[in-house]
Amino acid sequence: MSKPVIATASLAGCFGCHMSFLDIDERILDLIELVEFDKSPIDDIKKFSRPVDIGLIEGGCCNAENVEVLRYFRENCKILVSVGECAVMGGLPAMRNTIPLKECLEEAYLNSPTVAPEDRLIPADEDIPILLDRVYPCHEIVKIDYFLPGCPPSADLIWEALTALIQGRPLRLEYELVKYD
Amino acid sequence: MNYKKILQKYRKDRTRLIEILKELQSREGHISEKAIISVADEFGLSRAEVEGVISFYHFLSDRPLGKYVVYLNNSITAEMAGREMVARAWEREAGCHFDQTSEDGLVTLLETSCIGMNDQEPAAIINGVVFTSLNPEKVKKLVGWMREGRAVQDMVEETGEGANGHELVRAMVRNNIQKTGPVVFGEYVPGQAIGKALETTPECIIDEVKKANLLGRGGAGFPTGLKWEFCRKEKGEQHFVICNADEGEPGTFKDRVILTERPEMVFEGMAIAGYAVGARLGILYLRHEYTYLRRYLEHVLQKMREQGWLGQNIAGRGFDFDIEIKMGAGAYVCGEESALIESAEGKRGEPRDRPPFPVQKGYLNLPSTVNNVETLATATQIITRGASWFRSMGTPVSAGTKLLSVSGDCERPGIYEVEYGLTVKELLEMVGAEDTLAVQVGGPSGNCISEAGFGRKICFSDLPTGGSIIIFNRSRDLFAVVRNFLDFFIEESCGWCVPCRAGNVLLKKKFEKIASGLGTVQDLKEIEAWGKIIKSTSRCGLGQTSPNPVLTTLSNFREVYQSRVSKEADFIPEFDLNRAVAEACAITGRKFQEEQEHA
Repeated sequence: MSKPVIATASLAGCFGCHMSFLDIDERILDLIELVEFDKSPIDDIKKFSRPVDIGLIEGGCCNAENVEVLRYFRENCKILVSVGECAVMGGLPAMRNTIPLKECLEEAYLNSPTVAPEDRLIPADEDIPILLDRVYPCHEIVKIDYFLPGCPPSADLIWEALTALIQGRPLRLEYELVKYD
Repeated sequence: MNYKKILQKYRKDRTRLIEILKELQSREGHISEKAIISVADEFGLSRAEVEGVISFYHFLSDRPLGKYVVYLNNSITAEMAGREMVARAWEREAGCHFDQTSEDGLVTLLETSCIGMNDQEPAAIINGVVFTSLNPEKVKKLVGWMREGRAVQDMVEETGEGANGHELVRAMVRNNIQKTGPVVFGEYVPGQAIGKALETTPECIIDEVKKANLLGRGGAGFPTGLKWEFCRKEKGEQHFVICNADEGEPGTFKDRVILTERPEMVFEGMAIAGYAVGARLGILYLRHEYTYLRRYLEHVLQKMREQGWLGQNIAGRGFDFDIEIKMGAGAYVCGEESALIESAEGKRGEPRDRPPFPVQKGYLNLPSTVNNVETLATATQIITRGASWFRSMGTPVSAGTKLLSVSGDCERPGIYEVEYGLTVKELLEMVGAEDTLAVQVGGPSGNCISEAGFGRKICFSDLPTGGSIIIFNRSRDLFAVVRNFLDFFIEESCGWCVPCRAGNVLLKKKFEKIASGLGTVQDLKEIEAWGKIIKSTSRCGLGQTSPNPVLTTLSNFREVYQSRVSKEADFIPEFDLNRAVAEACAITGRKFQEEQEHA
């Protein structure tokens, strides 16, 4: 039987959830026995090469490219998991949601005291992904099957959730795994 | 302004902070930064603490307001009575939008939650004076008078019936008493009950109230006698009786009418409760919206003192008891007894953790019994006429009568004193309601029932209610009702518990998704699951009931929801990429083209 295939992506996140994933330490050797990786920053595969069983999404969507990547994952993954606060709720980037986009951009690129007078310009290069009006959690854009809370979710939490999914057994989340105070 | 001098007379009494802030606001039109600093200095509080109190209440403002401040009620019955037209008329005539002040500084337009005038909507409070049954013509006339500089009280052309016409009230509010009953509106001679009570022992009073099986009339139905007994048994250097006159549940206005027509009965009930629990002081916590009754109530209290029914040595029997009035400042959650106590102490009206219960540690952390206006009035009658008389009415569990505040789609909105056990169907006939779609029993926090439930009885074991009955006929959109109620809870959540503060916002978003036709069966499941979470993880009655508008309509009108959700799709996003990038495109001058292929 072929191994389950997993894929990961970081959207409007800080890569902290990926770092936390790598915090499974030596269990990464077990993991590689259990699964194969497809599109992921971990192996730097850019495009899906086959149907994927489990997609792990870090970060919410702050620009059009995030949305496209997320939809691309949904199309190619049987199970899609929001990993961490930003994917689940929008997280830190969503702090801008209470401020109109125009004001955010003006503050960052025109009015900030660190902007040199000659540099005052809101970037509009066509290579830059276009920003969304606000930062969206992933489940407002595509169907998300599971949510792993935390900023970041601990390595143990990710490990427990992932192995439970792979082995098709019920997820057992000890209190300590989802306690954040 | 010499703040020091104003503050002096309050003698650093923190419990009067809200009163102080109200006085400062009435002098300057708002509570200025300098005033805040002076108050903070005087009480040794941080500025944030004073600002926290101001921001908590609807009727306190730290931003300048106009000469005339209009608070237009936004409850569902106001909407049904043409509130939208009235609101537009205000904006047109005043020349500003809601939440704004007109450029000339004359008028500020604000919205507020139910002001207890559901039977005469649309209604507004202008500089403390209530204006009912508004329409665009009346609004035009009012703004015209404002431009002439007329005093608000002089804008009241005709006063309502009964004590509404009293020289100290002079309100256009109507009582609309449609049906009197034997208890609250029964035969009553002031002074009799307290005299009779003082002839027996406090234990006998408690016993009589227990025998009568008097259950709290605010809606929760806690046995009054038991509450008094708990309070009496508690040790403390002082005990307090607090009358909860903060009826804020949208659709209830019975306490307004009791306090207008039967204030002596309520005050006497407080004195009896005071005798029973061993208190010397009673506090009437009166909601801000009923400020227009305050001078009249003070006058009634004074008369009662002169009659020897209050004050020193009542009825010559050595019992001292007096009552003071404390005003709220606009917050629904203060109807919850521990929040009310916090507010009476001059703080933000946030509910406390319980236990300890107010009977153990209440006002100033001393044993306190908090009772509803109607409960206290009823207790007075029980003492005069006896427990067995009382139990001959109503049902075995729910003895006596209940005042219902009926509003919405019916011929005769107003107050009905009925015996417990009345069916909804009987009530609908009594009030002249036809073609009824739904009846909201107990306000937004209660139950929205459909025709299938019209045979149910109004009583504690079936359909309990604090008195609010709102009727919707078949021309009404149930979703508009639910939307109004959800907005109400979002506005009134004190913010302490995350499930209530954030959960209600998420619940509303999910509800709107379904309302707009983008819902799925999964969304329905989630809305139910989230509602249960909010109910079970909030610490006070507000959060514990706030999902009810959705949950009770979901169970009683499921087909209305089901007709709006997709049976096939397992996910429909509300998200629209083109709409989401429109703003950024406008700012940067770029054009967006969705990439179809992943290169």
